[in-house]
This record gives sequence, structure tokens and C-alpha cells, in this order.
Amino acid sequence: MKALARRTLFYLGLLVLWQLLASAKVWDEVLFPGPLKVWEALRAGFADGSYPIALAVSGKRLAIGFGVSLVGGVALGLLLGRVRLLDETLGSLVSGLQVLPSICWLPSAILWFGISEAAILFVVIMGALLAVAVAVDGGVKSVPPVYLRQARTMGVSGPRLWLEVILPASLPALLTGAKLGWSFAWRSLMAGELLSISMGLGSLLQTGRDLNDMSQVFAVMLLIAGAALAVDRLVFGPLERRVRRVWGLTV
Amino acid sequence: MTSVSVDPAAGPIPCPTAPKLELRRVSRHFATPRGPVPALKELSFTVAPSELVCVLGPSGCGKSTLLNLLAGLDRPDEGCVLEDGAAITGASRDRMVMQQEPALFPWLTARGNVEFALKATGLSKAERRERAEEYLHLVGLGSFGRAHPHELSGGMKQRCALARALALDPSVLLLDEPFAALDALTSDRLHEALERIWQQTGKTIVFVTHNVREAVRLGDRVLTLSARPARLLQEVRVELPRPREQEDPALAALAAQVKRSLSAEIGRHLAEELYEGAG
Repeated sequence: MKALARRTLFYLGLLVLWQLLASAKVWDEVLFPGPLKVWEALRAGFADGSYPIALAVSGKRLAIGFGVSLVGGVALGLLLGRVRLLDETLGSLVSGLQVLPSICWLPSAILWFGISEAAILFVVIMGALLAVAVAVDGGVKSVPPVYLRQARTMGVSGPRLWLEVILPASLPALLTGAKLGWSFAWRSLMAGELLSISMGLGSLLQTGRDLNDMSQVFAVMLLIAGAALAVDRLVFGPLERRVRRVWGLTV
Repeated sequence: MTSVSVDPAAGPIPCPTAPKLELRRVSRHFATPRGPVPALKELSFTVAPSELVCVLGPSGCGKSTLLNLLAGLDRPDEGCVLEDGAAITGASRDRMVMQQEPALFPWLTARGNVEFALKATGLSKAERRERAEEYLHLVGLGSFGRAHPHELSGGMKQRCALARALALDPSVLLLDEPFAALDALTSDRLHEALERIWQQTGKTIVFVTHNVREAVRLGDRVLTLSARPARLLQEVRVELPRPREQEDPALAALAAQVKRSLSAEIGRHLAEELYEGAG
């Protein structure tokens, strides 16, 4: 409760500071709108339906892109973690490509897929899948060997070993990977939407810039941060707490 | 196969005096950067059915190697390892291993861990649950089935691991210093539990330890191994009646005697350094 009060106070203070800065007119009001202006832009965006539509369009891309990245990344991570040959060959390539900012894929994506939905999805997947794979790979490699040994003496092997021992044993790492993948997917999506024609949140930012409408830029930024944070808190937070409780990782 | 067929071509009919487990001149080396290091050298012994044999050896003498060979998780370089007269070629659910580290899966409950072991047996879900409950009761964890491993104490974790090993109804239990990480009081209680369960179930047990007192407390026979490469130093038959008492002076005297003969064999300082628990 105290934490909540402190947090509320912090954000109130931030708002006041923002308003003061805007009122002091250090910068032109067009370039630095106050919180009320931004609030107004948010309200108008929701009222005319453009924000909900943008949220839905971006949300759908994220759902597909992140979904594919999660499934593919977990599978790739499990393989890299357990198959020596793949680790020695594909492993270095994956960690190499993972360092590449996902926006670097956009030129190739546009040439291959045109300015299309597929191009944006490609960028999202390239940004998130490898991050998930690298995290899961690390998790699989740190599964205590005693679990594997124990499973072997109980006659567990093949798909059962993967599904019922290795996968659950790397669950904490998998969750970290999913969180990482989620934030990478967001970044890649915004980059992709900013640079190509689309209807998502990224293009709203772009429109704000084109119209010199800073309140819209701020409003959409708030919307993006809010949406990402909401999923983090509402989906990953409870999942993580559950794993920590069951495994006894809480301090 | 429960019926005994009298077929001369089928080979010898198993009789109670035939060993359950047998090692014949077994050697095992490990490759290291500085060349091969022998872990076991020409080790031979037998374990009778339903016998509880303690293998006493200093830390790092190759006891775990020995258990891995018996479990079928490792193969000897020379010699052979036999169960019921047949060579052991791989892991089997008939020989369950329990280690110092209980290795319970943290994402499953105590009962879930025991049930997990039963999944490959073809039992129905209800039967698995019933059997898991039964074995948790046997080890004294009847009311902890829904607890996750992190909610159990060290001793309870080992009880749960024991229930998991027993639930598959193996004929052989291979125990690798299972109580070494527990405090004295807890391991006393687990010695009692293990002795009781062994008497109830008639399993063949090989119990590996570096603690002299624990070895004579539990074993029908105590085989003492030397430091690496492990050779058989001596064999002591423990004739004390069961159930045994940890505080039994006869037990302490026997432990001291084992340690004395070890001292004579390898020198007092070395014996004291390598073996624990002769008071």
C-alpha cells in the first residue's frame, strides 16, 4: 500500500513538473505541449476511433509475430541447448544475428515482401525469435544434470524427456526469454511501422510528425508504453510470480 | 514370470543362493588431460537377493563410479557387472538409484514427483495416484503429498526421493550417500525408516557411504574400499540383531573395530582422514 502511495505521488509530481515546464514556455508550445494538451489528444484519438484501430492493428501484428517467435524460439532454443552439432554450427550464427538490430532487416524485408504486412511481421519475428532462442538455449544448458540422470534411471527418454523434464526445468529461463522476446517484438514492430506504410501505432507517430502535432506524438508514445507495460504486468508478472512460488524462488 | 518351468534348455533355475548382483574383476578408467586415471581396479564382489550391503570408501574413491556401473549408466573397461547372472547393459527400472542430491523436480508436488516415475508403467492415472500415496505413507510423508519440494526439509526431500525410487517396485535399490548432507538426528531417523522399509519389502540394497558408523548401522555386510583406484580392503559381516539401535554399544564397538582394522591396513592417519564416524 505504501509502495502504491509513493508511486502515485511520484507520478503526480512528474505531471506537475511537466506542466510547470510547459507553462514556463522554455520551448515553443507546439514542440513541448503540456499534459492537458496530450490528454486532449488521447481523448480525441479514442473518440474518433483512430487509436483503438491502431491498437488493434498493432496488437494483431504483435500477437502473430510474438506467437511465431515464441513457438519457434523455444523450439530452436531447446535444439541448440541439447544438440551439440546444432550448437556448434547454428549456435554462433544465432547469437551473431541476435545482436543485429531488427530494423536492419527492414530493407531486405521490403525488397523480399514489398511494403506489406509480411514485411513487418518478418522484422518482428527476426527481432524476437532469436532473443527467445538465445534465452531458452541458456536455460536448457543450465538444467541441473541430476534431473536428466534421474529421468534416465526412471526410464524416461525421447519426447517425454523433452516435454516433461527439459522444458519444465527450463521454465524460469523460458519466461525470461518470453519477456525479452516481447519487448524486442514491440521495438521491432514500432520500427517497422514507422518506416513503412501501415495503420498501426507506429504510423500514428509518423502522422504526428508529418502534421507537426507534438501532442499526438506524446499521446501515442504514452499509449505504446502503456500497452507494453500492461501486458508485462498483467501477463508476465503473474506467470513469473507463480513460477517463483511453486519453485520456491521467492526470497 | 512367476511360474518356474523345468526346462533343461532354459538354463539354471534361479535359487536363493545365486547372487542378485555380481561384479567380476571390474576395472574402470577415466580419461583426464594427464592420462587415464583408474577409478576401480579388478573389483569383485557379490550381493545376495534381499541383502543390504554397505560399501564403505573414502570420498572420491570411485564409489559413485561403482554405483553408476551397477545402475547401468556406465560400462566397465574390463570385467563384467551382472544382475541375476546376466550382464547389465543399460539403465533399468528394476534398479533404482538414489543420490545425495534428491533431484526432485521443483515444478511438481511431492506426489507429482512419485507419480512421474510411474508414468511409463502403463498404470492409469487413478492407480498412479493411489500408488504414489501408498509409498508416501510408507516413508512417512503421507500428509505432504501436495507440498512442493522447496517446502520440504532436507530429510523429507530424501524420504520423497526414496518413495519415488520404491514406487516403481524395483528389486534393487542403489543408494549413493543419500543421507550424507543431512544432520545426525535426521539421518538417524532415515536409517530407521530405511531399515524398516527394507525389512518390509525385501529389496536388494547397495548403500554407498564414507561413514563407518552408518555402514555398520545398516549393513548385513560392509565392504571396505581403498582410496582410488578402489580395491576391496576387507569384508565385515554384521551379525547384530534388527531393528538396530544407533546408540547400541555393540554397534559403536564394531565401528571402532572396523576403523582399527582399516588403520592397520592403510595407516591410522590415512584412515582417520578418509573415513568418518567411528566415534
